Amino acid sequence: MARVLINLPARAKRGEVIEVKTLIAHPMETGYRVGPTGAAIPRDIINRFVCTYNGAEVFRAELFPAIAANPFIAFFTVATESGEIAFSWTDDHGETQTEVRQITVE
Amino acid sequence: MDAGPQSASPTRRLILLAAAGFGLTSFAAPAAATSAAMEEAIRALLGEAAVNRGKVRLELPPIVENGNTVPLTVSVESPMTEADHVASIHIFNQKNPQPYVAAFHLGPRAGKAVVSTRIRLADSQQMVAIARLGDGSFWSDSADVIVTLAACAEG
Repeated sequence: MARVLINLPARAKRGEVIEVKTLIAHPMETGYRVGPTGAAIPRDIINRFVCTYNGAEVFRAELFPAIAANPFIAFFTVATESGEIAFSWTDDHGETQTEVRQITVE
Repeated sequence: MDAGPQSASPTRRLILLAAAGFGLTSFAAPAAATSAAMEEAIRALLGEAAVNRGKVRLELPPIVENGNTVPLTVSVESPMTEADHVASIHIFNQKNPQPYVAAFHLGPRAGKAVVSTRIRLADSQQMVAIARLGDGSFWSDSADVIVTLAACAEG
């Protein structure tokens, strides 16, 4: 499992717009580089990122090889209610890593 | 006294000029070709719709020392309500091997249409950000970047 950094406030006021910053350790191999033997290194990138808030999708990204290694994505969402914010990254092999963070809204 | 070098210098100048001119044209050709790829990708997104300038702000450092990680922020002026919000933001580049950089899908629950990420740039070029609003209209902004060390330069 790749290392993940997620930064979001643990508590927020109802209706507050909060910033969510995410980063996942991944080489984001473009497929355009050549290895030591002269053969092209096959493409291996995270192509999809989804953020859900208590099960409802609030943000989604489609990524291409032009995204830097260890993809960093920062965005905003409205703190509507207490619960779970889930983040999932899907790579070219179809593998998905999901991380969940709790938020308390008062 | 010696007319040889004097008469030779105009020809040499002409040869240098011709070489410089050739160099310019041979560099300009691939740039135009990749820019066409970007136009095509943008056209595929827009369909028949027209794109307006404004509302969108694409922020990139004007000079980049390392093309492997370039911070990028797109912000769109929008109240982000159910009636008037940003549906998606698309980022394109001119000279990377692929014209598409990323697509972000937002909604009224985003609260604020601001997205940041880090990208790779293969060369000094123009970047374009296009936002699609909930009503189906498109808005765009562009930014020029100078890259001193390109991404994918070393193996």
